[in-house]
Amino acid sequence: MMASSYSAKEEDGHHSGAPGPGGVNAKSRKPDNTAFKQQRLPAWQPILTAGTVLPAFFIIGLLFIPIGIGLYVTSNNIKEYEIDYTGVDMSSPCFNCSQNYSWNSTKPCTCSVAFSLDQPFESNVFMYYGLSNYYQNHRRYVKSRDDSQLNGNLNSLKDPSKECEPYRTNDGLPIAPCGAIANSLFNDTLELYYNDPNGTKIPIRLVKTGIAWWTDKHVKFRNPVGDGSNLSAVFQGTTKPVNWQKYVYQLDTDPDNNGFINEDLIVWMRTAALPTFRKLYRIIEKQGDATPTLPRGNYTLLITYNYPVRSFEGRKRMILSTISWMGGKNPFLGIAYITVGSVCFFLGVVLLIIHHKYGSRSNNADIAS
Amino acid sequence: MPLRRGGTLVLHCTAPHQGSGRGLRTGDGVDIGTMIRRGLDRLLGRGEGRADSRTVYVGHGAWSPAQPFTPPRYCDNRIVSSKYTLWNFLPKNLFEQFRRIANFYFLIIFLVQVIVDTPTSPVTSGLPLFFVITVTAIKQGFEDWLRHKADNEVNKYPVTVLDGGRSTRKESEKIRVGDVVEVLEDETFPCDLVLLQSSRDDGTCYVTTASLDGESNHKTHYTVPDIETDLLLLNATLECEQPQPDLYKFVGRMYIRREGQEPAVRSLGPENLLLKGATLKNTSKISGVAVYTGMETKMALNYQGKSQKRSVVEKSINCFLVVYLCILLSKALVCTTLKYVWQRQPGQDEPWYNQKTQKEKDTDLYLKMFTDFLSFMVLFNFIIPVSMYVTVEMQKFLGSSFITWDRDFYDPQIQEGALVNTSDLNEELGQVEHVFTDKTGTLTQNNMEFIECCIDGFQYKYGNCASELDGFCVEDGPVNKLQRKAGREREELFLRALCLCHTVQVKEPGPGLGPVDQVDAARAVEERGFIASSPDEVALVKGAMRFGFSFLGLDCMKMKIQNRNKEIEEYDLLHVLNFDPVRRRMSVIVKSEAGETLLFCKGADVSIFPRVREEEVMRIRTHVERNATEGYRTLCVAYKKLSTEAFAQADASLREARLALQDREEKLLNIYDQLETGMNLIGATAVEDRLQEEATVTMEALQNAGMKVWVLTGDKMETAKSTCYACRLFQRRTELLELTVRTLEAGGQKCEGRLHELLLDYHRRAVQDAPPAKGGVSRSWSSAVQDYGFIIDGATLSLLLKPPSSRYTSLFLEICQNCAAVLCCRMAPLQKAQIVRLVKNTKGSPITLSVGDGANDVSMILEAHVGIGIKGNEGRQAVRNSDYAVPKLKHLRKLLLGHGHLYYVRIAQLVQYFFYKNLCFILPQFLYQFFCGYSQQPLYDAAYLMMYNICFTSMPILAYSLFEQHICIEILMDNAILYREVARNASLRWGPFLHWTALGIYQGLLFFFGVHCLFRNPALQDNGQVYGNWSFGTIVFTVMVFTVTLKLALDTRHWTWINHLVIWGSLAFYVFFSFFWGGIIWPFLKQQRLYFVFANLLSSVSAWLVIILLILLSLLPEVLLVVLRKPRASHIQQLKMRSSARKHRDFLSNTGVI
Repeated sequence: MMASSYSAKEEDGHHSGAPGPGGVNAKSRKPDNTAFKQQRLPAWQPILTAGTVLPAFFIIGLLFIPIGIGLYVTSNNIKEYEIDYTGVDMSSPCFNCSQNYSWNSTKPCTCSVAFSLDQPFESNVFMYYGLSNYYQNHRRYVKSRDDSQLNGNLNSLKDPSKECEPYRTNDGLPIAPCGAIANSLFNDTLELYYNDPNGTKIPIRLVKTGIAWWTDKHVKFRNPVGDGSNLSAVFQGTTKPVNWQKYVYQLDTDPDNNGFINEDLIVWMRTAALPTFRKLYRIIEKQGDATPTLPRGNYTLLITYNYPVRSFEGRKRMILSTISWMGGKNPFLGIAYITVGSVCFFLGVVLLIIHHKYGSRSNNADIAS
Repeated sequence: MPLRRGGTLVLHCTAPHQGSGRGLRTGDGVDIGTMIRRGLDRLLGRGEGRADSRTVYVGHGAWSPAQPFTPPRYCDNRIVSSKYTLWNFLPKNLFEQFRRIANFYFLIIFLVQVIVDTPTSPVTSGLPLFFVITVTAIKQGFEDWLRHKADNEVNKYPVTVLDGGRSTRKESEKIRVGDVVEVLEDETFPCDLVLLQSSRDDGTCYVTTASLDGESNHKTHYTVPDIETDLLLLNATLECEQPQPDLYKFVGRMYIRREGQEPAVRSLGPENLLLKGATLKNTSKISGVAVYTGMETKMALNYQGKSQKRSVVEKSINCFLVVYLCILLSKALVCTTLKYVWQRQPGQDEPWYNQKTQKEKDTDLYLKMFTDFLSFMVLFNFIIPVSMYVTVEMQKFLGSSFITWDRDFYDPQIQEGALVNTSDLNEELGQVEHVFTDKTGTLTQNNMEFIECCIDGFQYKYGNCASELDGFCVEDGPVNKLQRKAGREREELFLRALCLCHTVQVKEPGPGLGPVDQVDAARAVEERGFIASSPDEVALVKGAMRFGFSFLGLDCMKMKIQNRNKEIEEYDLLHVLNFDPVRRRMSVIVKSEAGETLLFCKGADVSIFPRVREEEVMRIRTHVERNATEGYRTLCVAYKKLSTEAFAQADASLREARLALQDREEKLLNIYDQLETGMNLIGATAVEDRLQEEATVTMEALQNAGMKVWVLTGDKMETAKSTCYACRLFQRRTELLELTVRTLEAGGQKCEGRLHELLLDYHRRAVQDAPPAKGGVSRSWSSAVQDYGFIIDGATLSLLLKPPSSRYTSLFLEICQNCAAVLCCRMAPLQKAQIVRLVKNTKGSPITLSVGDGANDVSMILEAHVGIGIKGNEGRQAVRNSDYAVPKLKHLRKLLLGHGHLYYVRIAQLVQYFFYKNLCFILPQFLYQFFCGYSQQPLYDAAYLMMYNICFTSMPILAYSLFEQHICIEILMDNAILYREVARNASLRWGPFLHWTALGIYQGLLFFFGVHCLFRNPALQDNGQVYGNWSFGTIVFTVMVFTVTLKLALDTRHWTWINHLVIWGSLAFYVFFSFFWGGIIWPFLKQQRLYFVFANLLSSVSAWLVIILLILLSLLPEVLLVVLRKPRASHIQQLKMRSSARKHRDFLSNTGVI
C-alpha cells in the first residue's frame, strides 16, 4: 500500500507543482466523455401506471379464461378409472394375498378384481400402477443407484458404487442392478380381461414398450456389452437384487426389453416426486377406428400379488386413463387458469375505475400547478 | 526488566574506563570525570526512558575514541509495505480471509458437508467459496506483488554513502542509522536524514514534500550550523527523539566534537530533517546523516493504519443476516423435530424397500439427530448468500468509478476530477443528515485579494486602480492619499511590516534567466510569483507591492525589499516566530541596515489587541469590525523596537528553547508570548475571500435535501457570520441564537451560570415553542414558521463540554437540531472533530459528512462518517485523508443528491433483492422436506443449487446496482427534496425488509404448491409417460429463475442496453445451460439426474402452462402494488417532472442543442 501509493502521490506532486501548459496532459486527465462513463447511456425508462398495466390485465384475463376453459374441458374429457387393489378390507379380493405375504414364497399369490366401465375409452388407454405413502423420494433411496452400471459400464457392473449400500453386494457377488431403487422394483403383474357379455374372458393386449422416456431407454440405460450376445453371459459374476425373484437378464424374453433396458425397470428407476405417485405400466393401443379401445362393460383385473405395501401403510392402485395433449387428467391447471384469468379481469375493471378517478385527479393537479 | 536495566548500566559504567586509556593516548582533552558523568547521565536517561530519545553516531564514529563503539540496533532501511512473502502467502492470506465472518460461516458449512453425510455434495458450497477465496487471494496477491515491486524499487535504489572516507554506492535498503548519505538534485531521500551539508552557499536546500503531504511548494531546510566542510573529519553524535509519525515535529541535539574543545551543541528541528519520500529541488547535492531508517521513517509511520469506515448499509446487512440465520436455524430445527416425530410411526423410518446401511444403524440416536440437524442446515444454507458479499464488493468497487469518471467533477483550473479514496461509502453519500463544512477554502475560494488597509485609523482603499491588479500605479495615487492621511513614516513602516513579516518565498528563477537588473527586480519577482503556506500572506505581499513596497526575496537570511523610491533595502532576518493557530499570530525579528532591531507582528485582532496600547486599539477597532462584518479577513499589524540588550536576551532564550529536547514547543511559546508584548499597533489589513462558485445554490440544495449545515471555522465570528449570510445559510428573517464569549460576558455574572441560562432560554425558544412537526424523525421540510440560526464559538464550546456543564450538551444539541444552520467559529481543528463526534453520537446516530480543504480540517474529515476533501489551495492533506475529494464545493451537490442518492437506492435494492431471491430459492426446498420424509432430499439438482446465485441471477442485479437511475440525475439534483425519500436508511429498514421477505415467502409457497398440484398426476406428457422428482425440482427452479429475474426487470426503471443484455442474457443462459447440462452423460457425475429432464419438460404443454401461470401469478401482487402505490404525491410529482424533463430534452434535441 505504502510504496505503491507513494509513486502515485509523487506523480500528483509533479502535476500540481508544475501545472504548465500541458494540452496532452489535460486531455488525459479529463474523464472521457463517453455515455457509459457519464451514466448517460440511452435508456428506456418504463413507468408502471394503472394506464400502462390496464391493457395487460385485460389481455391476460381474456387469454387465460379461454385457455382455462379449454384445459378444464380437456381434463374433464379424459376418461380415468382407478382401482385400489391393496386388499386392506376383509371384503376385497386381494385381502388374502396381502395378508400371507412373504418374500421367499415360491408360489405366487394371485387375485382378481372385477370392475365395469360405464363409458367406453375411445383412444389409446394407458395403464398405470399407483403407490401411496411410498417414499421413492427419500434421500437414502434416491441416491441408492449406480447410473454408470445401468449405462453398461463393465467396471461398475462388477464393482458397483458405494451409494448402493446396503444393496451393493450379496454373498460377495456384486448386485446388478444395485441399489435400493432397483431392489424394490415393482413386481406385481397386472393382466386385464374384458368380460364379454357372452361370458368369455377376452385378454386385452397390453403393450409393454414405449412406457419409458426415449432417451432413457436408448442412451441412459444400456446393457453391458460382453463377448457373446447372450445377456446371461455378460451378467456372469453378478447376482440378482435381494428381493428379486429373477435375474436382470430374465426380466423379459424380448432382447430389446431385457436386462437394464427393460422398460419396467427404467420407469421404476425414475424416482417419483411425491410419496403418492403413479407410474406407467402398460399401453392399450387402439385397434381400429370402429371400436373403442375399451368398450363399455365388465372387466377383470388379474393380479399376481408380489409387492408388499401393508408394512408401511401403503396402497396400490391400478389406473386406466386416456391421455390428451396436456397429459393425464388434472383439473388443477384449468381451474387455476380460469381463476387467474378472472382475477386479472376483475382487477382490470377495478383498476380502470381507479384510473379514471386518479387520472382526473392528476389532470386537476396538472392544471393547478 | 529491572535486571536488564541493571545490566546495561554495569556495562556502560565500565565502558568509560576502558575508553579512558585510549582517550589519553589520542590526547583527548576532555576530562575523564565529566565524561563518566555525562555518559552516566545519558545512559541513565536512556535507561529510564528508552522511548524518549535515540543516539546516532554520525558516520559511525564513536562519540569519542574514548568510548567503545557499540552500535545500537535499529531496523534496516528496508521498506516493507507488502503483507506477504512467497512462503507465508497461502496460510496468511487464507487466515485473513477466513477471519471474515461470512467466509468463516461458509467454511464451516463446507466442512460439515465434508464430514457429515449431507444431502448436497461439498462441491455445491465448496466451489463458490473456493471461487470467492481464490479471486480475493489473486487480487490481494497481485496487489502485494505490486507492493513488492514498488518496495524493491525503493529498497534497491542505489545511493551514495560516505563510508570511512570513501563514497560507495549501496542499495538503499543497506543504509544504517548513522550513515552519511549523499543525495543529488531531484532524487528522493532514501531515509530520514539530518541535513549536514548542502551544495548551496547559504547552507539551505529546497525540498518538495508533494509525495508526503501533497504540498508542492518548495520548503527550505537548513544545515546544522557550524559543521566542518569536510564531513570526513566530522565527529559528532546526535540525539533525537524516538520515531514518531508527526511530519512537522522533530527535536534533537547534535554534539559536535572538535579536538581540544568542549563539544558544541546545536539544536535540531524539523527544518533540519529531510524526510524520506521528499524530493530534493534546486540544490545540486546534499549530505545528511540517517537518523530514522526503514519502517521507522516518518513516511512509513504515517502510512500505517487509517481506520476503516463502515457504512450503515453494512450494519443493515448484518441485521438481516441475523434474521436469516434465525430462519435457517428454526427451519433446520423444525425439520429435525418433525423427522423424529414422523419416524416414530411404524414402517416409516426404515421400510423394507429402503434399508439403512449398517453404519447408519450403529450410529447413536442423539449423534444422528445432531448430524441430521447439521444436514438440514447445509441443505438450507443457501438462504444466506455467499455471492452477496462478492456482488456488494464488486458493486462498490465498480460503482465508485462513476464518480471518478464524472466530467461534471472535472475542474479545468486544476485539471483534475474527483478522487475516490474508498469505495466502501458510496451509499453513505445518500444518507447524509449533517454537513459540517469548513469556511475558508471550502465555502470561500481561499483566493485572497487585498482590499484595503488602515493605518493609524485612516482608511486606505486601493480604489482607483483596483481594476489593474498587477499594475504599478504607485507613483501618484496612493502615495498622495497616504500623504494626506497618515504620516509618511507610519505608512512606510506599515508597508515595510507587510513586506517583512511573512514566510513567503519567491519562486526560483528558471535556469535560463540571467541576473536581473535592479529596476526590473520587482517586476521580475512579480512575474515569478510567490509561494506561501497561506494565501493571506501572498495577498498582503502583493498588496504592499501595489503601494510601492516589493518583496524581492530572501537570500542568505537577508530579506530584500524595494521601496517606493526603487531603492533596495536589506534586512537581516534574525528570527521567525512561526504562525500557529493557537497564538493566531506570527512575528519576525529583523535587523535593518541602520542597525535597528525590529519585531514585526501580524495576527488576528483578538490576539494583537491585548498586546498593544489601548489608545491605538480605539482608533483601529471600528475599522476592523466594519471590515469583518463585510466578510473580509482582517489582520492587525504591530511592531516593536528591540534594544540591543533585549534582543540579546531574547536571542539567547530562543536559542536555548530551540535546543531543548523536551517540551520545546511549550518553551518556545512562552518566549514568543513574552516577546510579543508591549507592541505598537500600526494598522490593519482587510483581505477578501470570495465565495466559492455556486456556494449559495449548493448550500440551499443541501438544506432543501434535509441536511443540517454546520459551518465550522477558525475564523472570527463576524467574518464567518457574513459568509453565512452571503451563502444564505442565514437569511434575513433567521433569528440568531448566539452563544459566544461576548454574550456570556454581557450578563455580568459567572460564565457558566450565564451559559446555562442562555441555553435554557434558547431551548425554550427553538425547541419547545417550535411546532412539534419539526422534530428530528419526521424531518418536515417546510421551513415553516421561524428559522433559527445558532452561533457558538470555540471558547464557549470548550466551556460547554467541560464536566460541570456537560449535562447541557444534549440541550445544546437539541437546539442545534432545530436550527436551520449552525455556525461554530473560532474552532481549533480538534474542536471541529469534537463537534462532529458529538453529533455523530447523538440518538439515532445521524450520518455526518465533513467537507474541508485544509490540514486543519483533517481531524473532522477523519471523524465524520464521510469525509470530503476539496482540492483547494491549502495543500493536499485534506484530500489525502478524505474518503472522496472533489475540486470544488459546488460538486458536493451532484455528489450527494445525484450519486449518493442513486448509490443508496442501488445498494439497498441489491441487498434486499439478494435476501429475497434466496428466500424464495430455499423455501420450496424446505417445503419439499414435508413430502420426502424429512430426508434432506434436495429439490434441485446440485448444479442448479450451485449456479443459482453465481450465474443465473447475479448479473442482472449487478447491472441494476450499477446502472439504475430510478429518477435521472438531473431531476435528483434539481429537486433536492427527493433526497429526503431515502433519508434515514429508508429502503433498508424493517418495513421494506418485511415486504421483501413476505414477497419471498409468497413466491416460494406459490412455486412449490403450484407445481405440487400439477404433480398430483405426474403424467404430463401426451404420450402418457410420467415425470419424476428431478422434473419437479426443475420446473420449480425454472419458474423461480424467471420470476426472480422478471421481478428485477419490473423494478428496473432505467433500461440501458446492458440491462437488456444481462437480464435476457441470464434467462437465455439458464435455458441454454439446462439443455446443455441435461444433454450429455457427464462421465464425472455419479448420477445422471438431469439427463434430458429439461428437454423432456419443454415437450410437455402442461409444464409450459404451469410455468407461465406461476410466473404471472407471483408477479401479480408486485405489479398491483406498484400500480396502486403510484397515486402518492411524490410519485405524481416525479412523473410530472420526468415528463417535463423529457419534453425539455425533446425540445433541446429538436432545436439541436444536444
